[in-house]
Amino acid sequence: MPVLLPMAEQVRQAALIERREGTYRLNMQPRHAIWVIGLFVIVCGTAQAATPAGLIGPVDALFKWMGFILWGPEGALTGFALNLIISLLAMLIGTVAGAALGLMQVSLLLPVRQGSWLVTQFFRNSPWLVLLFTIMLLFPFEIDLGFVVIPVPDWMKAVVGFSLPVMANISEVVRGAVQSLPSGQWESAESLAFTRRQTLWMIILPQCIKRMIPPWINWYCILAMATPLCSIMGVEESVTYTAQALNAEGDRPELIPIFYSFLLVIHFVYTYPIARWSIRIEKRFAVKT
Amino acid sequence: MLDAIAPFFEKLYDDTGWNFIVFYEQYEYDRLIEGIGVTIQLIIASLVFSLVVGIVGAWAQGAKSAIVRYVIAGYIQVFRNTPPFVQILFFYFVLGNLTPSYDAGGYQVAWIGNFGWAVISLGFFAGAFNVEIFRSGIEAVPNTTREAADALGYTRLKSYIHIVFPLAFRVCLPALNNNLVNLLKTTTLAYGIAVPEMMYTANQIWSDNVNVSEMMILLFFFYIGLVSVLVYGMHKWERQMKIPGYG
Repeated sequence: MPVLLPMAEQVRQAALIERREGTYRLNMQPRHAIWVIGLFVIVCGTAQAATPAGLIGPVDALFKWMGFILWGPEGALTGFALNLIISLLAMLIGTVAGAALGLMQVSLLLPVRQGSWLVTQFFRNSPWLVLLFTIMLLFPFEIDLGFVVIPVPDWMKAVVGFSLPVMANISEVVRGAVQSLPSGQWESAESLAFTRRQTLWMIILPQCIKRMIPPWINWYCILAMATPLCSIMGVEESVTYTAQALNAEGDRPELIPIFYSFLLVIHFVYTYPIARWSIRIEKRFAVKT
Repeated sequence: MLDAIAPFFEKLYDDTGWNFIVFYEQYEYDRLIEGIGVTIQLIIASLVFSLVVGIVGAWAQGAKSAIVRYVIAGYIQVFRNTPPFVQILFFYFVLGNLTPSYDAGGYQVAWIGNFGWAVISLGFFAGAFNVEIFRSGIEAVPNTTREAADALGYTRLKSYIHIVFPLAFRVCLPALNNNLVNLLKTTTLAYGIAVPEMMYTANQIWSDNVNVSEMMILLFFFYIGLVSVLVYGMHKWERQMKIPGYG
């Protein structure tokens, strides 16, 4: 039925992919980013100019606390730096665990396949905050190995809490990529007398990597944007420090907009280029059919 | 309801120590029900708001004025690339400070409370995705269909209501459903500004009764159940709305 354009089919396909990978296809242009940051600078300038004499202006206050929000007190590496550390470590753990779980989802053994499917769906469909709370409250604050006691600080628990949903989503990405390959690849490998393991490692997975990289980067962006959640549990990251800095300045109402906008801007500046980059990679890797 | 299940859970507590207090004590039970109610209200309100934002945004994206188009594009970029949690805090602490309040007998009450701000910020967050979804759906309706409607004497608005929108809606329904499931999970962030929804209520209950693991199990059941029901219903609806002979 040629009533709807092929475009409608494209929209449908995009939604299917999105459902499988659980991420959004981003569509963005650099000039928007310049506008956003320009607006922030103008607002800062206006707020500074409107400050009554004798009080520290919003921009001066922001400069005073900027280092604190970005990397915490001297030598501590907290604040926004901790956001990045948490996101990178959670991504590392989530990717390794998710890849294993994803491969289990294409296993030939029924119990393995069903079990890993259940685990994946469980962690994929629970809200991040609930998972984070569970790990934060139920994980021990130290691990006693008999000969040595390892303390587990809050931010490490947060890493575990964030890696669980990432794991489940990466697992779906892996499963989707493996299943998206045409079955001819499996059949021709079989006819060339490859074993199943050889087929998977030497034929299927190398082709999947290309398909998995864009959603994988996209998931990293989503994870990086979720890390401020752990401020609810008092992890000393950027949101916690912003609130503390505002407190130290006496919670003056004219400072609050500038500080929270600054928080939005640093996250934006960090995730935006990565999201752009994932789009470029996706275009380059796009399979021509 | 409570009378029927209370004996079982009381016995469970006595026998095993699993303290599902919400199922045998009236006070905690009422709290839980209230929390569930607020969560569902929050979901419905922010969903409706996000759909309105999406439709208006998609319409404004086709505006003649370049400034309007820039504003919409900037809005989408900002809300997609900043943490939703910080967005909620921003709305509540920054804009909440700037909006007027009225005198309620000695103390000031803001016109828009924390529930209102949660709905607004979640609506704008999900709306940023809805704008693109609606736009792609409308673009998918071919020009020839519009022209055919024109030839049949439909006005612009009537052809939008009777022909373009029904087709576009069917095209973007799967993408909308994905977004809706995400929105459902994002409502937990309202915890950050003390909206008494499910997550917040559960926290209060486990703080009073020291039954963290039991409440956690309940939370998982609640949210996964909610997501499952939603996904099931939406898939059913999607199948019914499918355009015959297409896809």
